[in-house]
Amino acid sequence: MNRLTTGTRAGHVRAVVLRAVLLTALALAATFALDPFRNYQLAVIAATFCATAGLTLLVGLTGQLSLGHAVLMAAGGYGYALVAAPAADAGLPPAAGLALGVVGALVASGAVGGLLGLAGARLRGPYLAGLTLALVIALPAVATQVPGLGKDQGLAVPFVPVPGPLAGVMVVEQWHAWVAIVVTAVAVTPLVVLRSGRAGLRMRAVHGDEVAARLAGVSPARVKVGAFVAGSLSAGLGGAVLAVVTQNVGPGRYSLAFSLLLVVAVVVGGLGSVGGAAAGAALVVLLPWLVDTVASGLPADLEQRLSGNLAVAVFGALLIAVTVAWPGGLAAATSGPRARLAGRLRRPRPADPPSDPPSDSRPEPRPITER
Amino acid sequence: MRAATGRPAAATGTGAPAAPGPAARPALAVDGLTVGYAGAPVIDGLTLEVRPGEIVALLGANGAGKTTLLRTLSGLVAPRAGRVLLDGDDLAATSVEDRARRGLAQVPEGRSVVTELTVEENLELGALWRYPGRAERRAAVARGYDLFEPLARRRASPGHQLSGGERQMLALARALVALPRVLLLDEPSLGLAPRVVAQLMGVLRDAAHGTGLTVLLAEQNVTSALSIADRGVVLSLGAVVVDAPAADLAADPALRHAYLGF
Amino acid sequence: MDRLVLLVSTGVARGLVIALFALSLVIIWRAARIVNFAQAAMAVVAVYVAFALQAATGSFVVALLGALVTGALLGAAVERGLMRRVSGRTPMPGMIVAIGLVMVLQSVLGILFGPKHRPMTPVLAETPLSVGGVPVLSRYDLFVLVVALVVVVGLGVLFNRSTLGLQLRASAVAPEVSRLLGVRVPRMVTIGWMLSSAVAALAVLLLVPTELGLNAHSADVLFVHAFTVAVLGGLDSPAGALLGGVVVGVLVSLVTGYASAGLAPLAVLALLTVVLLVRPGGIFAPKEARTA
Repeated sequence: MNRLTTGTRAGHVRAVVLRAVLLTALALAATFALDPFRNYQLAVIAATFCATAGLTLLVGLTGQLSLGHAVLMAAGGYGYALVAAPAADAGLPPAAGLALGVVGALVASGAVGGLLGLAGARLRGPYLAGLTLALVIALPAVATQVPGLGKDQGLAVPFVPVPGPLAGVMVVEQWHAWVAIVVTAVAVTPLVVLRSGRAGLRMRAVHGDEVAARLAGVSPARVKVGAFVAGSLSAGLGGAVLAVVTQNVGPGRYSLAFSLLLVVAVVVGGLGSVGGAAAGAALVVLLPWLVDTVASGLPADLEQRLSGNLAVAVFGALLIAVTVAWPGGLAAATSGPRARLAGRLRRPRPADPPSDPPSDSRPEPRPITER
Repeated sequence: MRAATGRPAAATGTGAPAAPGPAARPALAVDGLTVGYAGAPVIDGLTLEVRPGEIVALLGANGAGKTTLLRTLSGLVAPRAGRVLLDGDDLAATSVEDRARRGLAQVPEGRSVVTELTVEENLELGALWRYPGRAERRAAVARGYDLFEPLARRRASPGHQLSGGERQMLALARALVALPRVLLLDEPSLGLAPRVVAQLMGVLRDAAHGTGLTVLLAEQNVTSALSIADRGVVLSLGAVVVDAPAADLAADPALRHAYLGF
Repeated sequence: MDRLVLLVSTGVARGLVIALFALSLVIIWRAARIVNFAQAAMAVVAVYVAFALQAATGSFVVALLGALVTGALLGAAVERGLMRRVSGRTPMPGMIVAIGLVMVLQSVLGILFGPKHRPMTPVLAETPLSVGGVPVLSRYDLFVLVVALVVVVGLGVLFNRSTLGLQLRASAVAPEVSRLLGVRVPRMVTIGWMLSSAVAALAVLLLVPTELGLNAHSADVLFVHAFTVAVLGGLDSPAGALLGGVVVGVLVSLVTGYASAGLAPLAVLALLTVVLLVRPGGIFAPKEARTA
């Protein structure tokens, strides 16, 4: 870290952490107002947010489109299950099992993310999207073919009961929501620090112009791998949370459709915005449930057809509408003129008037000497 | 210095027979053209007329606005204000490709050859809008080879195998095979050997004097440009600061020194 | 040995369908620098139309023409209606819009037609023809092989021997210069989309009878294979798409035949990973060529 900026930098990190602690406390308190099912949904949203927070940085800042982010969550889930289950069998207390499982999730997702990141550093936009797409399609085959992953059914995850002192205060759903909120805070706060610090600047530099970034002493490969690993660790923690909450990890949940929902969440939330990623996560969890709830009053045949499909249609339309008409997403629309201005500054702007094609923005340099 | 291009002595362009009288309607007219953002225009209220068959050298320092002017004339850049007229018709609503189809050709700066296509395909592409029929198009392509001998030997070579000189020859030939009425050239001599530059200038001069082609030639290579031009126009900060017969401009040391730096 | 011959020849026929689909992706990539993730969904819509036409008229030829025309019209509509409106600065917005389009098309098809697969009967029998007592290829696979080859050769002639192809190629690689030469580049982009979508619709129409049947997701696996192929060969290389298609087709056929169908996606992923790590721009791209 540059010594000149250390002072303000440390202050900035403190501010981010303070805000994270406050938000976490607020969320923990809010769980008391929710019924068990709402708390379950909150936990799922938190887990999804872990993944979208990393993905929004990856897509929005470094310009790498990953269609396989669900695989990273799956890696975290399997990592958790593979460590937590033996720990429970060995008679360790649930808290220790939880902690060890989280470490397992970090190791597994970090390893997969590192490999993908290495590939991503060498591959450009569509090629990386293709590799991650093939990966997410191959996940069921991996789960079936690799011994120890429990085939189609996946693995059972040890139950994490409410700890003794809290047992009188809350039911298990609320406890799981607490676990989810705390793990999410731990996963996302470092990403916010990264995003607003020098690492975020490097990511934008690499996205803007790789050659220029390289000339400025920034290694595009290192930045891209770093962004991928950071996003993967966070997504892995999200997978661990989902494993705890659903007590299962299997290939069915982490399908291509789920991966695409994560993309929807970050695009609709606003690429590069962590707050937008949170809103997007809530949207992709709640809207399908809402649609199913509404559709449940309809005739059986119609309900069967609408179930699942209608929400996907709405998400697809949102994805198109936001990209075509409203590129800043929710983040730009809700956070006032200051953020909108920042968003505009972040996006490269053609130097020529808007009516000419983008490739033509080649301003003539102003003359340096002119008599 | 002026003789250094090694062209035939008869080529001095100033006394050209094609220069018409003042009554002729300009082939290309620019009226109050402004390009760029309000605070910092790249082209600033520029007005200019080029008569049919005339060769006008567009001179000025790097950044004076030459390239932007040419790109605005061909429609690649939209002006903020002002008009561009081709044979008296306002081109404001005419697209880039329709301007080309009305005979306003541009050879952009640098490597404008489509490197994935062969020499022959590049020429064919240039002739396509004017000659939809196969036989006529063949004849036009053959005329392109007649302009520059080296191209004929490389007709099947892809563009990326050509030398810099061959690329510029191809770019010029590709523009000329469609028989444009007005040709805009941006720095055709950039980075080329003097012998090649002389050859290019010779072809341009012949086209102007032979077929009545109107040429607006943006050049850093002032000597070469003035050697074939009828008139020289000096741009500075996006406006015309000097508009004089090429011979006067070349001969007047004070003008030359003040605006052209030699 | 007999089994190997059958698996390889069937793999080649399947591979040519994959290659056709991959070619369609290459055509759009070259024309518009967009990877059309919606290609499969659009093609399935066209095949639904073909299915209805075949049911109504009983004619496979009418169905085939219907698929081609619907595909082309869809391509034009998507390009004019959506893709033209997103920034072409990077491939990202186009990819995201295409992903949104997949979600819309597939879910709407699901709502309209439900989840069940509608069987389509092949125009020719699926019993294998034998050469010298060795079963080689079914009549239908032979038909697929011939149609695919005809289309590939036709596309080759169109792109390399016609003035339209000349303009398509020039617009793809040098849009600005092409416009300066009077080429109507926006129209060429639309034509590229139409050609591409029609070819994709044809590929799916050829494939569906050999699979479970018609369903909103019928072409998903084909898309993944074709995209793999396009990436293997390099998105700019028609020859790469052709060769890569056959390689992937044979690979999938062999893995499915000798090991299990479940291993096929892993084999494809392994192939893709190895090729991308060795040659990031695809087998046929000059090294380090595709940086944008």
